[in-house]
Amino acid sequence: MTAHDPEALRRPNAPTTTYRYDDYDAAFVRERVAEFREQVRRRLSGALTEEEFRPFRLMNGLYLQLHAYMLRVAIPYGTLTARQMRRLADIADRWDKGYGHFTTRQNLQYNWPKLVDTPDILEALADVEMHAIQTSGNCIRNVTADHFAGVAPDEIEDPRPTAEFLRQWSSLHPEFSFLPRKFKIAVTGAEHDRAAIMVHDIGLRIVRNDKGEIGYQVVAGGGLGRSPFVGKVVGDFVPRHDLLAFLEAIMRVYNRFGRRDNKYKARIKILVHEKGIDDIRAEVEAEFAAMDRSVFVHDPEEFERIAGFFAPPPYESLARDSQILHAAKLETPAFANFADVNVSAHKIPGYAIVTVSLKPIGGVPGDATSDQMRVLADASERFGFGELRVSHEQNIILPHVKQDDLFALWRMLDAAGLATANAGLVSDIIACPGMDYCSLATARSIPIAQAISKRFADMSRQRRIGKLGIKISGCINACGHHHVGAIGILGLEKKGQESYQITLGGDPTFSASIGEILGPGVTAEQAPDVIEHLVDFYLAEREEGEAFIDTWRRIGHARFKDALRREGEDGADI
Amino acid sequence: MASFKHPQILIASNLTDGEVVFLGASGWERDHRRARVALNAEEAAALEASGKRDISANRVVDVYLADVEIGGDGAPTPMHYRERMRVKGPSVRLDLGKQAAGGAP
Amino acid sequence: MALISDGRFIEDDWRRLAEEEALPKAGKVIVSLARLPHALEVLGPESALGVIVPNTTEVLALVESAPRLQLVSISFPAFSDGRGFSLAGLLRRAGFKGELRASGRLVADQYSHAVGCGFDTIEIPDDLAERQGEEQWRAALNAYAMSYQRGYPGRGSILEARRRAARP
Repeated sequence: MTAHDPEALRRPNAPTTTYRYDDYDAAFVRERVAEFREQVRRRLSGALTEEEFRPFRLMNGLYLQLHAYMLRVAIPYGTLTARQMRRLADIADRWDKGYGHFTTRQNLQYNWPKLVDTPDILEALADVEMHAIQTSGNCIRNVTADHFAGVAPDEIEDPRPTAEFLRQWSSLHPEFSFLPRKFKIAVTGAEHDRAAIMVHDIGLRIVRNDKGEIGYQVVAGGGLGRSPFVGKVVGDFVPRHDLLAFLEAIMRVYNRFGRRDNKYKARIKILVHEKGIDDIRAEVEAEFAAMDRSVFVHDPEEFERIAGFFAPPPYESLARDSQILHAAKLETPAFANFADVNVSAHKIPGYAIVTVSLKPIGGVPGDATSDQMRVLADASERFGFGELRVSHEQNIILPHVKQDDLFALWRMLDAAGLATANAGLVSDIIACPGMDYCSLATARSIPIAQAISKRFADMSRQRRIGKLGIKISGCINACGHHHVGAIGILGLEKKGQESYQITLGGDPTFSASIGEILGPGVTAEQAPDVIEHLVDFYLAEREEGEAFIDTWRRIGHARFKDALRREGEDGADI
Repeated sequence: MASFKHPQILIASNLTDGEVVFLGASGWERDHRRARVALNAEEAAALEASGKRDISANRVVDVYLADVEIGGDGAPTPMHYRERMRVKGPSVRLDLGKQAAGGAP
Repeated sequence: MALISDGRFIEDDWRRLAEEEALPKAGKVIVSLARLPHALEVLGPESALGVIVPNTTEVLALVESAPRLQLVSISFPAFSDGRGFSLAGLLRRAGFKGELRASGRLVADQYSHAVGCGFDTIEIPDDLAERQGEEQWRAALNAYAMSYQRGYPGRGSILEARRRAARP
């Protein structure tokens, strides 16, 4: 079977590169749909009040937002098949308004579903082994993972079997479904972290010990939001066979001792901060020791069963470098640009990882129309074994593209408006939906992203600037991850107007740091000017090969503040 | 009772489809221009009580009063930018929401 | 209050003793945690003793008296407060074998969580029972054939079923 045989990919016994449901999984999601259908009926009849219905509505991913309901579909560890992507497109057309929004937790949001249609939408998802289970609510959420899983050259182990193992363990957990607050887990399995594990409630880092055995470094208490924290190590090396027991111990300590008196102090990061990591480690270890861990003795077997689904696809034996690619780059500068910016090295010779940017200049970050979703599905079948990924940076990844096919792929993407060559650059902005959609927001975020994107539209300027992560949140809940943006922007309200607070120095990787505030908020009109001043200052000060965060760390926050103050003396009210 | 500063309308979300609705003269309206305007504290309280009855009737959720300014044509315009968003739709998709259906001007 | 057992409303043959009420000589009585030590001293073998505890109770406070208790009722101050689900498991781990009761404004949709954590019965206020009748509780109990977790009573474990299916 080759990548160019879409029909073969659709046969039931086609090789898998990701998890496939067995009868138990399929029955479970169907039961869930039936349960929710009943819950909706009981809500409409009044058997359930809104207060009672709300947690169960949330545990099926359904929010009530500014203009309409919003349904958040789970994309476990950000991995999708072409068939699933097509179903997402169909749902957008049939029950929504022809588009969807990819999120910073690798999920997809529909902005206009009706409550009464949601059971049918969930059924349409169940048909293709998808669901919206626990994408909201005070429970364990979608377990996210490195979007380059299975194909990155720096990988130690594919994190997705672990993520799938945890997805099942956390689904409808009888003890941990009414936690003090939401709980987010991320898994990474490479030398560089692309899953932001240091700012999750639990972050798992797959490591090898001296004996070469695989285990997990377990980090807990990271999180963004009103009080951002970098996580701390609670387990240095947890062997695979102890993983679920260890996580249960953490969950039990959190469920019992997490604060329930104040919504803004209820995450595990507050518990770790207030009690101290040593205290929490001791509690977790005590619980781990007291548990009956014999119930987990067969876990390794189940793990192996799951891992078997994540087999590498039938890669061809190719030369390391593609002559076709080389020639196409020389011939078409726009394609060369794309190949240099949006293509990452693959562990298999002759292959490449492609980042499809959902950040067209001046567009809504992370949005895709149903037509674009279909193009992506087609592209994955023609050029990538029918598999796609969603990154927490709100882009789509095609993880198995032959270098020989990159030009043909680019042309296909370009025709669909999906070839913006800005992956990781200043216009590849992460932005939450903000007050254009979200009822929690204090300000809009998308227009700021659009204005900045347009200010830096010039591609050669963007390339000169290099990698620069701007992240924008429309409220303190920080769904745009602004705390860990090299440049972060937080939308607030000041005197009845939208006001934007800028932070510098955030980092979501293993060298995680929380950004520092630059000064008082600026207006929407000023924001692109301020960003431009900051970028220009960085360009003037940087040394060879320094990314923005590196320069900032070297010369210090005060220098950037001064640079803006000097600009401010020209009249801008910064 | 909070001091009454501005005219007010009652806003809610329709239970079955989540759309923003406004309490009008005889029921919930999807167009804010047809909202009943409370001109004093008593009228506001009555409006709120009336709206909250419909929570128990499982028709709406998230009922609250919002300050408005009355324009020359008598139409209420919300004073806070959040409610101005709610009567229109997303500012980044003018083809969607009430603004597209010929709702808010 | 209404009492749910096995998807049905049943008569409660336990009685919650008011703080100021004297301990009876016989019958099944539930006392507060504060009265438990005294009740243990005073009550004879014709009485069956139960205790109602806050969901923040330390298990150590009950470990010694557990063998003499026929019922432990755990309060749920709000249905969204899931601490009782952990406390139930810890009590079972500590060896309590009597009736575990969840008491509060739990909704039918939490029935399988409660059963999964070792609760035998659920006690809810009458106004809730009126809106959420027996059929809803029974439906909730049967909503899922199996669950993914190991080590929790109630429905079977999907992982165990898979394992058995793999070895014919």
